[in-house]
Amino acid sequence: MNTDEFLKNIKDKFSADVLEVFKKWETRATVTIKPASLLPIAEYVFKDLDCRFIIATANHTKKGFEILYHFSKDNIGLIVNIHVILPVEKPEIESLSNMMSGANWIEREMHELYGIVFLNHPEPEKLISEGNWAEGVYPYRREFK
Amino acid sequence: MVKKTLIPIGPYHPLQEEPELFKLYCEGEIVKDIKWETGYNHRGIEQLSEKKTFDQSFFLVERICGICSTSHPFAFANALEEAGNIEIPNRAKYIRSIIGELERIHSHLLWVGLAGHFLGYNTVFMWAWKYREPVLDLFEMISGNRNSYAMFKVGGVRRDIENNKISEIVKVLDLVKRKTDMLVGAVMDDPVIHARTKGVGILTKQDIIDYAAVGPTARASGIAIDVRKDDPYAAYPLVNWKVITAEKGDVFAKAEVRLLEMYESISIIEQCLEGLKKEKEGEIEVKVKDIAEGWGTGHAEAPRGEVFHYVLTDGSNSPARHKIRAPSYTNIATFKKSCIGQTVSDATISLAAVDPCYCCTERMAVAYDHKTGKRILNGKELIALSAEKTQNIKNQL
Repeated sequence: MNTDEFLKNIKDKFSADVLEVFKKWETRATVTIKPASLLPIAEYVFKDLDCRFIIATANHTKKGFEILYHFSKDNIGLIVNIHVILPVEKPEIESLSNMMSGANWIEREMHELYGIVFLNHPEPEKLISEGNWAEGVYPYRREFK
Repeated sequence: MVKKTLIPIGPYHPLQEEPELFKLYCEGEIVKDIKWETGYNHRGIEQLSEKKTFDQSFFLVERICGICSTSHPFAFANALEEAGNIEIPNRAKYIRSIIGELERIHSHLLWVGLAGHFLGYNTVFMWAWKYREPVLDLFEMISGNRNSYAMFKVGGVRRDIENNKISEIVKVLDLVKRKTDMLVGAVMDDPVIHARTKGVGILTKQDIIDYAAVGPTARASGIAIDVRKDDPYAAYPLVNWKVITAEKGDVFAKAEVRLLEMYESISIIEQCLEGLKKEKEGEIEVKVKDIAEGWGTGHAEAPRGEVFHYVLTDGSNSPARHKIRAPSYTNIATFKKSCIGQTVSDATISLAAVDPCYCCTERMAVAYDHKTGKRILNGKELIALSAEKTQNIKNQL
């Protein structure tokens, strides 16, 4: 399977939920999707397309809270970023940790740093700020003028 | 009722780069559950990086890890060069790979030594660390530093490896190769080490995929992932080498993968040195004026596995967002699978088997009775327990 076929598979299967597919070059691509469809798309990428979960990156931008779920298709060297944008007023998204344990820590970390809520997380405890951080203060949030 | 005991491992040790606490819940000798706590020293490096220029950030990310200090600058350089679409000269590629592989050799030697110590084989510890020294001396010769070499920059490397230094590097590599033979012989053929490490701390293929584990931890369970091969960077596509894997997923398999990988690293360096001779001295960088707006996802194979950097750039001279994932972040979580059901005396080596940047041998654990708070074992005694098990096996042979 090459990169084009890989991206076409996602696009064909989830045509209503994929907002944009951007292929930077053969080994890098970003797929922007609707947040509500994250779980089925991530499951398809992880289980059916045999991708390895690398990590997720959260960022606070003017658009809202953006999360990039980085997956790697190792046999073709492709890194595909599944991109979602969450509204600042209600930053909630389904947790991927029930599907793969590798997402457990990073989701907890993103919650503590950005205040993004991961629904149905199996272990919603603090990871890095246990005991000494103020509640409701999210240090990586930005202020926009 | 079986008495339950909580064994905390950590959180502080001066040799650990980052404090972390493992809580082992034990029934008798058997580990029943494990919990992990971190954040004692969260340095906020991702956000710090946004306040620095790209050039300054190299020095910052170099200080994430004290052992494999070049793996983060390597991945960061890959990410920035991807964002800026920069191609570096071949000589710089060779030098980058040489530094990366020398680091793998000294890091694996460090691990082999520690693993030996955990098992009560202090001779292995002395040998491995003794022959790690000449590798550090090489770094000093090349960069002026034994660690944190400050060799990487956007567009190339800071210092050349002049051709007249090649013979010295070859000499040290010959020594390391001979001593690796010795270590491989000492570890792979020893029936006691077999008894202590085979079938201990097993991670299945499914565990690796589930926990997204990387590096030798994954390769020891039969998953042949290696960024150097899968998404080649620097000089790795220019040289011949193979990815070492093992099938069993136990502690022995992880040791086997690391030991055999050292031969591949030596071979890669030798080929890179040959490559250096063909390139013109001094051509080690391209001048980079600025990095355009965009993003880069750079990864590099560190001794412990894939280091991943995502850099968002906005056309200025510093990152707009810089995400860093070290290999231990995913590898440490596999403890939940490898330690549960093991005895406490096997827990130390199972914990150490993923090489979690974990130099704390002496004070690594204190066992308290969770009801009375009375101290049962300290770190030394826990290691002594592990050494005693090895001795018992030796006596039975």
